[in-house]
Amino acid sequence: MSNPMNNIFIAAYLAIKEVFRNRGRFLMVALVIALITVLVLFIAALGEGLSDANRQYVANLDAQLIVFLEKSDYSITASRLETNTVKAVRRVDGVADAGPIYTSNTEIVSLPEPLKISMLGVEAEKPGMPPLLDGRYFRGGEAREAVMDMSVAQRTNLKIGDTIEIRSTQGTEDEFFTLTIVGLVDKQAYFFQPTIFVPPSTWELMRPQAESDLDSDTPYPNIIAVRLQDPAQAEEMKLRLVEKVSNIEVADIETTINNIPGYTAQQGTVQTQGGFTLLIGILVIGGFFQIQVLQKVPQIGVLKAIGSSNFVVGLSAVIQIIIVTAIGVGIGATLNYLFSLGLPPTIPLAFNGSRSIFAILLLLFIGPLGGLVSIIYAVRIEPLKALRLG
Amino acid sequence: MSDIALEVKDLVKSFSLDGATINAVDQVSFQVKFGEFVALVGPSGSGKTTMLSILAALLSPTSGQVLIDGQDLSQMAEKDRVKLRREKIGFTFQANNLIPYLSARENVEFMLRLNGKLDHGSRIRSDELLARLGLAERLHNLPAQMSGGQQQRVAIARALIHNPALVLADEPTASLDTERAFQVVETFANLIHENGRAGIIVTHDLRMCQFVDRVLQMQDGKLVRVYEGKKEIKQLAMAGVH
Ligand SMILES: Nc1ncnc2c1ncn2[C@@H]1O[C@H](COP(=O)(O)OP(=O)(O)O)[C@@H](O)[C@H]1O
Ligand SMILES: [Mg+2]
Repeated sequence: MSNPMNNIFIAAYLAIKEVFRNRGRFLMVALVIALITVLVLFIAALGEGLSDANRQYVANLDAQLIVFLEKSDYSITASRLETNTVKAVRRVDGVADAGPIYTSNTEIVSLPEPLKISMLGVEAEKPGMPPLLDGRYFRGGEAREAVMDMSVAQRTNLKIGDTIEIRSTQGTEDEFFTLTIVGLVDKQAYFFQPTIFVPPSTWELMRPQAESDLDSDTPYPNIIAVRLQDPAQAEEMKLRLVEKVSNIEVADIETTINNIPGYTAQQGTVQTQGGFTLLIGILVIGGFFQIQVLQKVPQIGVLKAIGSSNFVVGLSAVIQIIIVTAIGVGIGATLNYLFSLGLPPTIPLAFNGSRSIFAILLLLFIGPLGGLVSIIYAVRIEPLKALRLG
Repeated sequence: MSDIALEVKDLVKSFSLDGATINAVDQVSFQVKFGEFVALVGPSGSGKTTMLSILAALLSPTSGQVLIDGQDLSQMAEKDRVKLRREKIGFTFQANNLIPYLSARENVEFMLRLNGKLDHGSRIRSDELLARLGLAERLHNLPAQMSGGQQQRVAIARALIHNPALVLADEPTASLDTERAFQVVETFANLIHENGRAGIIVTHDLRMCQFVDRVLQMQDGKLVRVYEGKKEIKQLAMAGVH
């Protein structure tokens, strides 16, 4: 009988017996794979964590389009819009609402350890202001009130109702300002920093600025977040906005993220590291199984001589590699999980992201890929070897 | 069904080495019946292993015919040769016979597995056969935990368990002491006779011929002499003692 089910069963039988009877040797390879898994997952988590820390705020905006100053190359820092641009954008047909966003970096100094933050100026309940998790929005005008992101709360003991002191270098002087925290939002890190939100006038008062800017107290938004009546019309709306409002350019959220300074380069670096680690994994596994198959030439010859088909021999090698890879990846992923439990939230590692899942799938694939040469080699061994090597 | 298990007609196998052609097997013809045990003897390089490789469907002849249980090897696709090896042929090799990660019992049962014939009854037969070969205490041993002779006997059990038409053994006694060698070949002969298989044993030890029904002597690829009849074979075996 040579029906396929019987052959699959025999291949699995051989693979499992061999792994089990040589478990010491196979466990060693599995541990090497586990180590590579830890590394790859770590790099994936780092990529995801860094990416989050950089783009979370923009990615979670309740908006479809971002308005920049013309010729700013979609760079948030390079873009500085006229104050009344917001009004012009709101008047365009198809725009549901629009909100200005003002960005700057400052420092909370009223802490045992000063904390660098992104201070974003936004209008309450307009696009740009994230939904509240707790507390209330700040009042308008120059209210000395702020909404903080969870990323601030996690790094400090700050709670709603607490007061913080901000240091801001204006001209050549360090100025200090006091803010009361009135609300809490989640998942709003921006530019690798935890974030606080303040009203535009407060932002203008408190932001670090050069001597030359000090006279003016009109805030210029960097960008405007635009929520559309029909998100499906984004492409048409891009064109319409540029046509109706002067001196602007418009991008979707993804383009905006990719143009956050350093984002693309950093993600590229992380992905290259991950790629190289996977490559090392492929080479290690490939090397091990190749040496293994060279040692097994006589026994594979016997298997074939007594009537095992190439299908059985090849499939058995594949199953064996999959078993060992799966055990290794399983051990590695478990180690990684345990490791992530003990990790403080301040380290930009995100272990549960889609990248970790993608990395695990890739890792499961590197075994068979690395072992491919050895599988082909095994299939090609001539049964005559059983007689002649004797 | 014919009583001919193996028929070899005008078999030639040539190899070319450095431009020169040598006939490792040269115009050989013979037949083996079911229930007949035959020895293939001859000096080193006379073509015994080459002959066995062709009979085992592991090597294609240059010309001539091999019929096993009526099936013509030369007409067969590789896929069918694999099937033939699995169903109709049993082997023992000079060395490295067994699958190293399978126990004695598992090695024998593997042959049944391959043929989809492993069930309660055949398992019992497999253990009985191993017991018959003196391996009742060794069922769970891996090859590395057994002596060369024990491994060779497991291989014999594996070569017989699936009731093949033809059983081929290449120098099964090469690694055994005289006492053991006699025992192994005698049991082998008995099993061939009892089960009505056709057996061919390659040996350079003429003393082993006392257990066979016929001796084929090869030299330079040719079949140069056939010893038949109890008396003639006994004389040959005696000659081997000196
Ligand atoms: N693959 C091969 N290529 C070339 N010559 C071979 C090959 N196999 C066997 N021969 C030659 O065929 C002859 C018979 O060899 P073999 O069958 O191994 O003899 P025996 O088993 O009787 O010692 C020898 O001269 C050997 O060198
Ligand atoms: Mg030989």
